[in-house]
Amino acid sequence: MAERSFKAEVEDLRLGQGETFTGEGILAITKALLENGVGYVGGYQGAPISHLMDVLADAEDLLTELGVRYEANANEAAAAAMLAASVHYPIRGAVTFKGSVGVNVASDALANLASSGVNGGALIIVGEDYGEGSSIMQERSHAFAMKSQFWLLDPRPNLPCITKAVKDGFELSEASNTPVMLMVRIRSCHVTGSFTTRDNQRPPLTVRDALSNPQSDFARVVLPPMSFSHEQDKIKNRWPAAERFVVDNGLNEVFGPANAPVGIVLQGGMYNGVIRALQRLGLADLYGNSQVPLYVLNVTYPLVSEEFHRFCEDKRHILVVEEGQPEFIEQQLSTFLYRKGSSVMLHGKDIFPMAGEYTGQVMLDSLSAFLKQAAPDMLPALVRAPNEERPEIPDLTKTVPIRPPGFCTGCPERPIFAAMKLVQQETGKLQITADIGCHLFGSLPPFEVGGATMGYGLGPAANAAFDGGGERRAISIIGDGGFWHNGLSSSFTNMAFNKSDSVAVIVDNYYSAATGGQDIMSSRADNPTKATKHPISKALRGIGIDYVVEVDRTYDVGRMRDVLREALTTDTPGPKVIVASSECMLNKQRREKPLAAKAIREGRRVEAPRFGIDEDICTGDHACIRLSGCPSLSLKRLDDPLRDDPVASIDQSCVGCGNCGEVADAAVLCPSFYRADVVHNPTKREARLAAFSARVTTWLQARRAAKRLTFEVPA
Amino acid sequence: MTLQDSFTPKPDPALGGIIKLAILAVGGQGGGVLTGWIEAVARSSGYAAQATSVAGVSQRTGATVYYVEMAPMLATGAMPVFSLQPAAGDVDIMITAEMMEAGRSIIRGFVTPDRTTLITSTHRALAVSEKMVPGDGIADSAEVLAAAEIAARRVIAADFDALAIAQGSVISASLLGALAASATLPFPRGAFEAAIRAGGKGLEASLRAFAAGFDAATTPQAQNAEAAAKPAPEPRGPANLLAEWQRLESRAKAMPAPVAELALPGLQKVVGFQSLAYGADYLTRLETVLATDTPAKSFALSREAAKYIANAMAYDDVIRVADLKTRGTRFDRITREMGVKDRNVMHLTEFFHPRAEEIAGMLPARLGARIQSSPKAMARLTRWFDKGRRLRTDSLPAFLTLYLIGGLRFWRPRTLRHAQEMAHLENWLALALTTAARNYDLAVEIVKCRRLVKGYSDTHARGLSKFDRVLDAIALIAHRDDAPDWARRLREAALKDEEGKALNGAIATIKSFA
Repeated sequence: MAERSFKAEVEDLRLGQGETFTGEGILAITKALLENGVGYVGGYQGAPISHLMDVLADAEDLLTELGVRYEANANEAAAAAMLAASVHYPIRGAVTFKGSVGVNVASDALANLASSGVNGGALIIVGEDYGEGSSIMQERSHAFAMKSQFWLLDPRPNLPCITKAVKDGFELSEASNTPVMLMVRIRSCHVTGSFTTRDNQRPPLTVRDALSNPQSDFARVVLPPMSFSHEQDKIKNRWPAAERFVVDNGLNEVFGPANAPVGIVLQGGMYNGVIRALQRLGLADLYGNSQVPLYVLNVTYPLVSEEFHRFCEDKRHILVVEEGQPEFIEQQLSTFLYRKGSSVMLHGKDIFPMAGEYTGQVMLDSLSAFLKQAAPDMLPALVRAPNEERPEIPDLTKTVPIRPPGFCTGCPERPIFAAMKLVQQETGKLQITADIGCHLFGSLPPFEVGGATMGYGLGPAANAAFDGGGERRAISIIGDGGFWHNGLSSSFTNMAFNKSDSVAVIVDNYYSAATGGQDIMSSRADNPTKATKHPISKALRGIGIDYVVEVDRTYDVGRMRDVLREALTTDTPGPKVIVASSECMLNKQRREKPLAAKAIREGRRVEAPRFGIDEDICTGDHACIRLSGCPSLSLKRLDDPLRDDPVASIDQSCVGCGNCGEVADAAVLCPSFYRADVVHNPTKREARLAAFSARVTTWLQARRAAKRLTFEVPA
Repeated sequence: MTLQDSFTPKPDPALGGIIKLAILAVGGQGGGVLTGWIEAVARSSGYAAQATSVAGVSQRTGATVYYVEMAPMLATGAMPVFSLQPAAGDVDIMITAEMMEAGRSIIRGFVTPDRTTLITSTHRALAVSEKMVPGDGIADSAEVLAAAEIAARRVIAADFDALAIAQGSVISASLLGALAASATLPFPRGAFEAAIRAGGKGLEASLRAFAAGFDAATTPQAQNAEAAAKPAPEPRGPANLLAEWQRLESRAKAMPAPVAELALPGLQKVVGFQSLAYGADYLTRLETVLATDTPAKSFALSREAAKYIANAMAYDDVIRVADLKTRGTRFDRITREMGVKDRNVMHLTEFFHPRAEEIAGMLPARLGARIQSSPKAMARLTRWFDKGRRLRTDSLPAFLTLYLIGGLRFWRPRTLRHAQEMAHLENWLALALTTAARNYDLAVEIVKCRRLVKGYSDTHARGLSKFDRVLDAIALIAHRDDAPDWARRLREAALKDEEGKALNGAIATIKSFA
């Protein structure tokens, strides 16, 4: 069901000892899990680790062969809670979700897990969504490792290092009885490369075996007084054990000359960026041999003071390369130096920008600035005194429009927001909250519907202050993914229990569409290993919400608008919920396009709809676009010297979803839209009837044309 | 401090072998496929390669960056350390799959004169902010192309999107062709084609698009041929009408050149809309304006009048829409555009939503006016007619209905709508002419304000109200020397947004000093 199939790539997961794997980082991590005898895996999808979940789902056969249990968890909290299996049993487990939002959701379970401690290796693989292309608030997962005291790996971003980190992570976890978080940044997840594979390992103890021989130990339960001893255990035993393991196994790396007056301490994930900047300064070669000493923290928590002090020996200036804020590592290293009474100068966020991604330019500028200050002789003359004249490049910032993500061509959510905009034209602006998912694009132009998002599954909960109702009811929007993730409990039971007088719209596009089409409870598809086809409306009725209106074709803008209007004005007490369902067009097209092409080839009857615009009738006001924003509905300039403004135009990518026609009708816009359904392999009767109609219309058209003047450009 | 020997910077000669290539695409353009091909070409040619991308939400129509680095593989097998992201001033090849993305790559500093070859498609995928403007909000591609010429070491620009579509493929294939042709990568054409072949899907079309991209990049001039002037529309019809047309046409041609240039298409528009007699009316109106005009101002007033009187006279009514919808040339055009083949059948559905106003507008002027002033009668019309209608113009009943309405041109002059439109036209023209005597430039601006009246139903009403508000505001400052400039600003403000926020602001400014 997922947007991208990894069936072909999954074969690479069977590679054995000494073979070479070439592919994406996320797939390499999956392979490493199998090589390290993982016993169970799970997680919750979300960029940038959605593909990891898709790979696991596609690899379920292989996992089963190896005796590995795969769970598509309901949310990140459920995924983290699953690691409880490693508390008592010597079974390696791994879960994955995105950071920092997934970690937020999972933090309750993670805190308990960290307190209990683990027996088997527990690995949390976090796709850190920070910087360019990020879809979430800019925060660091690092803080969670610090507050709950589990260990954080941030390996150098290449496949051999990332896969080694999986192995190191399990071993570190077992050596220190502490869960370990492996952080991979968004670019590392998608980085391509190669590594040498090992044979997959069956877990020495499978979860099935463990079930036959249950274990428990109340000392592991987070209850007083055991919880107090957990804290002592963390500090007195687990932490020193982790430090010992990190040092003994050389998890952190030192590169460059042994003796130098300056050095750079960096997160593993920053390594390639630092090397590139050094390469550009002439201080590193193609293969990363640096002339400046580097202390690479593949383990960013805990920091090992003795190792750090050893690196600082004989150095005057140290630069910390730590992306994001607050600067946890720099603060800790400062403390180390201060406690030791060291005179080493520590730099970091005084040179680097406090906030934002460390892009190539930031890295180059900051390393140059550091070296200028700390070791000016190291810099090439060019950097010290650049005298090259650069041509003035015209400023295009006012010309180039921003391009935020938006609804795809034919998206079934577009008509919902068109309807909401129409309703607001009647009622005036409404209080609207949104959730996480594609529907959040509705808050952008041209719709500008929805003004807040408080987290996944929390759309209706975010309107709770307005549950008492008022002159005009508040509306909240939530997706089907959000509904099953957390929405049913946090948003809808909240509404039901508090007798909310608000309206909630559930955007149901048949699966978790925004994260790539993963199945959820209400998916329409058959899934051999998951329970699907459980209607959202049934769940709502189950918690006592009776006002549930189902719209099974969101493209009916008129009905959407009427249903919304009714929910806003009805006398029915309690929550008013609209379930608006139509399948995600992106995935639907991927599935159906090849099928339709095949059917046409095989001579079966197929109707292919597409919209068009009569440019003579379009007046160039673009009201239709303000109710659409569809990528295939665009503008074109006409050759007509009498026309000032470009007219609307629909390109080939149109999938004929119907929004244009519906909007033209519901908003009483203009008659320039038409829908052309090309019928492939029509029936004989149909073809005969069409031919007859065509004969009559052609005759009539010719008759009229013969009696008047027309002005047409000769074809 | 004393530095050790090892600390003198020693740039690595091997660094020259790295090639850094970035791709900026709009989600859904196949940037990932293109990246995969480039990686495959590099690896199969004995290079070490690394690719990254920032996907996630951006795959849904936002701007997406892909990045590839490659370097010759050493015999020792040592792996180069590649960067995971492009850096400003450090990109050798920049491929942008859309014109404004080329602009974005320049803004981000990825295109520099010392090293960057910019391969860009010149087509536009308009951003929502450009499309939703009620007027013309399309960003200027020429400006970006001019900047590219300065910013890049070399620019390869063509409409790679159209090239690919013409071959039944997608832009990633034609861009790969352009990349191969640019000779910026040390790999032969065959290596690129082999990468496409290894992919498997839509192979033949991809290879054709690749070849088209390759050719366009090697002979970029060929691209400009399509910009050649399109032939002018020609009159067709019975001989007696054509003879009468010739007379009108020569009247229009006799006007000063700047006016005739627009009077001819204007005349065609009104004659096509109604009749030759109506065309004669048009010329008479225009000649009235021309009589007051002066060559000193290059007949600017008449030139604008030629355009906007035609637009005002050929207003959008039900008869015109029905006529346009039932023309044979339209059916031919749609059949062509939709790629309908002989064996196919095409259904054609039109979306109409007539309101009481349109129905009343079709009635004789007096009766229509009476009904329009009676809320009760209008409510009845609304009940009878006001609903969305989907007409299948490929079927006889719907076609005949529209055909009959389209044939009502003889009836049009008697209708309420016609009376309203003519009254509006005369008022506006009279205002322009009286203003011209006092302030010529302001009169030109007033004529141009007719641009604000467009659309159907609510949109039309909104356009009319903006037109009225702009003219009212102009009246406030008509006595000032800078009135023409204010009039222009008012008009432009009115075209900025739907709700008229910019216009309200402009009017408030005027009121503050008027």
